[in-house]
Parts: sequence; structure tokens; C-alpha cells
Amino acid sequence: MMGRDLLGIEGLEREEIERILETAKHMQEVGRREVKKVPTLRGRTIINLFFEPSTRTRTSFEIAGKRLSADVINFSPSTSSMTKAETILDTAKTLDAMDPDAVVVRHKVAGVPKRIADELSAPVINAGDGAHEHPTQALLDLLTVWEEKGRIDGLSVTIVGDLLHSRVARSNIYAFQKLGAEVRVAAPPTMVPAGIEALGVKVVTRLREALDGADVVMVLRIQKERLEGAFFPSIREYSATYGVDRAKLRFAKDDAIVMHPGPINRGVELSHDLADRRPGVVLDQVRNGVALRMAVLYLLAGRRGEPREEGRS
Amino acid sequence: MANDPSKAHGAAVRAASAPHERVVLDDLGIRRALVRIAHEIVERNEDLGGLYVVGVPNGGVPLARQLAENLREITGVELVVGILDTTLYRDDLTGSAQRPPLRRTEMPSAVDDRIVILVDDVFSTGRTVRAAMDALMDFGRPRAVQVVALIDRGHRELPIKIDYVGKNIPTARRERVVVRGREGGLDWPLEVVVLADEGEGR
Repeated sequence: MMGRDLLGIEGLEREEIERILETAKHMQEVGRREVKKVPTLRGRTIINLFFEPSTRTRTSFEIAGKRLSADVINFSPSTSSMTKAETILDTAKTLDAMDPDAVVVRHKVAGVPKRIADELSAPVINAGDGAHEHPTQALLDLLTVWEEKGRIDGLSVTIVGDLLHSRVARSNIYAFQKLGAEVRVAAPPTMVPAGIEALGVKVVTRLREALDGADVVMVLRIQKERLEGAFFPSIREYSATYGVDRAKLRFAKDDAIVMHPGPINRGVELSHDLADRRPGVVLDQVRNGVALRMAVLYLLAGRRGEPREEGRS
Repeated sequence: MANDPSKAHGAAVRAASAPHERVVLDDLGIRRALVRIAHEIVERNEDLGGLYVVGVPNGGVPLARQLAENLREITGVELVVGILDTTLYRDDLTGSAQRPPLRRTEMPSAVDDRIVILVDDVFSTGRTVRAAMDALMDFGRPRAVQVVALIDRGHRELPIKIDYVGKNIPTARRERVVVRGREGGLDWPLEVVVLADEGEGR
């Protein structure tokens, strides 16, 4: 029922998303055992192909693969022949010739995982491409909200922060809308990508308006080194206007939860307090990330060589 | 699963109304088998407090619960019931592209030093029990494992034996044997049905 790859949420059907979440729920149980390992993917090989540095996502995929007994190989450009000007596709094809059962790809340019998937026999899982998509992050966010609220349908979800550079925001907009939630986004006008309304979200610039009645508040990371000056006057001003803390949270529903994909700029987009404590659920997101990635690997690794469906993103 | 009121009247009527399926064990038959098996378990095991009844989903779960209830009635000992999905331990995952859906696992108590009574609904090739034993060992080191199957339909492929059988039902390989709720789902009243020729049996 699923395609061979997981490249984005945009191309997934609601039923496919639900199947992944159901599977992840059972994988959570494995993570609660004393022996957190099952033999399911014994003899399978998973390659983490990360052209962009990442510790959290890569580690999460690595643990997920190992808990399923797969052999996980990490491959990143700094330790490879990428420096010898081998092209991305050459690298991918070389790795594919070693018959991996899944390749997890991260790249700073949107569309690279898709391009690689077109050339490879192995299923490709997008672990983040430019400002395009980060499907496993959105899925683990869905899992976290589902666990907290018991449903996604009818919830009011607010995404706050740098929408322009955020693949997490894009994937989450698709994900939550497909499962029946209403999504609002809030950001400084300079950080709202043109045409984002076309995705069906309500765009507001005032945080208070965005938080009003929200069940879920999702805070995005500000890349302060890169952005200050160009997109907002100062960190202090961003924090005062768009930073989420307990005081501003009172506009949201009483039982609203606060999420962040990490790594957090503490005291900038999210207060220390919410980073560590409920209603902040940041570490639950991390924990669920492993179960969710186990589910994706379970469903996809082993589908090497299958023809891929046309027209899927 | 279609629900036809006439099904409540038993195998003969069912066979007439739905030629592709026949009821081989009705609710009363299932309950009687579980009472007998409970007595056999009591007869065989001295340390009744050490028993841990574990059902393999989906069909094994309601049977495990009823069996634990029967054991409680006979002995007065309250028993823990666990649920153990074997899907992640199956030996046929390699080579099959479509992954089977996972089912619930809930092991509320440690298995170390317990006598685990593993309850499956339909025993055939032995592969599910093989997988269940591997799964069980991941939860600890049981003192012993004994297997209950409501139905033994034959076609063994592995050297595994069952300790307690509800009923032997010789079948053709292409037939399927299912335990199901008469009202749908897996709620009591249950019945065991042989379905003709819908693909390969597991």
C-alpha cells in the first residue's frame, strides 16, 4: 500500500500515514522492554547517507535500525571521497551497488533524495532536504500528538517561527492537515514564504492571534547565526515577539502542548522552562522518533528492487 | 465478515447458507475445551502460582483470558495474562515485500522463573510457536514453556509439539481455519470455522 520510498508527506495518503503511526505505536513497546532489540531486519543493511551534518536524526535512524537488528552504516561526506569531487549520484550509485536494503538521505538541497531515489534500487528515506520536507519528523510529531491527545482530527495546531527555511513546517502542515487538523502559522512577515496560504493554512503575524485556542503549539528553530539582521532586527526582539514562554501560552488551550524539533535555542524561540517541562514534550518527541523510524524501516526495508509508483513525490 | 442471524443455529444451517465455510467448534465446544485444558494444566503443574498465561494475538488473547479465568476458578489463584505478538519474530519477513501489520504486546509481569502457558488459537506449521518462543526469551528466562492450542490442524513444518490441544481438525492446506466472534471481532461467543480455499494457510 505504501510506495517504495518515503520522500515526503505530500505524496502520502491518509491511510498510509495511519498505517505508519499504528506500526510505530507497537514499536514503542519494543523501546520500553529491557532487551530493546527484535530480530526483524536481521541480515538487512541500512545506509545513512548524510551530506549535511546531523547528530539527532542520524542517531535516531541508527538506533532504530539497530533495534530491528539491521546493520547500519553511516556515511557522511567529510569522511568520504566526496572531497574528491565525486558527484552525489555517483556516490549514491556506488553505495547502491553494495545492495543496501534502505538508504536514508539528508542533503541541504531540496529534491536530492528524490533524484537519488530515481537512480537506486534501494528504498530511499528522506531525512531532510533543504527547505522541502522532513517526513519522519512530521510523522513523529503526529505520533506524539496522537499519544497526548488521543486524536489528530479536529485539533488546532499552531506552527510558530521561521517558515521560510523550515522543512519541518512544510512536512507538518501536510501531515496534520491530511489527518484532519486545522493548521495556523505565525512568523515575522519576512519569514513567511510566498504562497504558503495555498497549502491551506491560516497565516497570522501576531503570535497572540496564532495561539488563541490552540491544542498544539509547534515552535521552530531560529538559525540565529544566519538570520539576524536580514530577517528580524535582533534576537531579543524576535524572542519578545515570537518566542514562546509560559506567559504567552495562556492564550492557547489550558491543556495545550508545546513541541520543538530541536536543537533548541533556549530563551530565544522557546523558554528554558518549556524546553524542559510539561506542557513541553520535546523529549517525548525524541523518544517517539526512534519508534517512528523503526516503523518506517520495518515497512520499507525489504522492498529493494520493487518498481516505484509513478507520480509520487 | 458477514453476519447472518441463521449462523447462530450451528454448523448444519451454516453449511447450507454458506457452502464455503463450516463451523467445526461452536462456543460451547470452545468453552468445554478450555475447561478441560485448565484441568490438565492443574494436573501437570504443581506450582500453580508460577503460571503465566500468555496469549498470541489475535485469536489467542480471548482464549488466554478465559483459560486464566478457568484456572482461577479451579485453584483460587489469580493469574497474570500477557499478550505477545510474534510478527517481528516471523521467519517469512525476508522475501515478502508487504509487511504484515503489527499487533499488541503487553507483558505486565517478568517471565523469569515462571511457567509460561502460551496460548495460540490455531496450531499448524509450528512457526508461530517458534517465533513466540524467541519473543518470550527476549523478556527473560522462563522456567518452562507449555503450549496450548485450541485447534491443531496438522501440516507441521518444525519439530514442535503442543502440550494441550482443544481439538484436532484435519484440514487441507488450502483451507483456512479461523477463530472468530459470532457477532464479529473476537468477542465471545466465539466459534471455529474452516474456510475453503482462500489462498495459502499460514
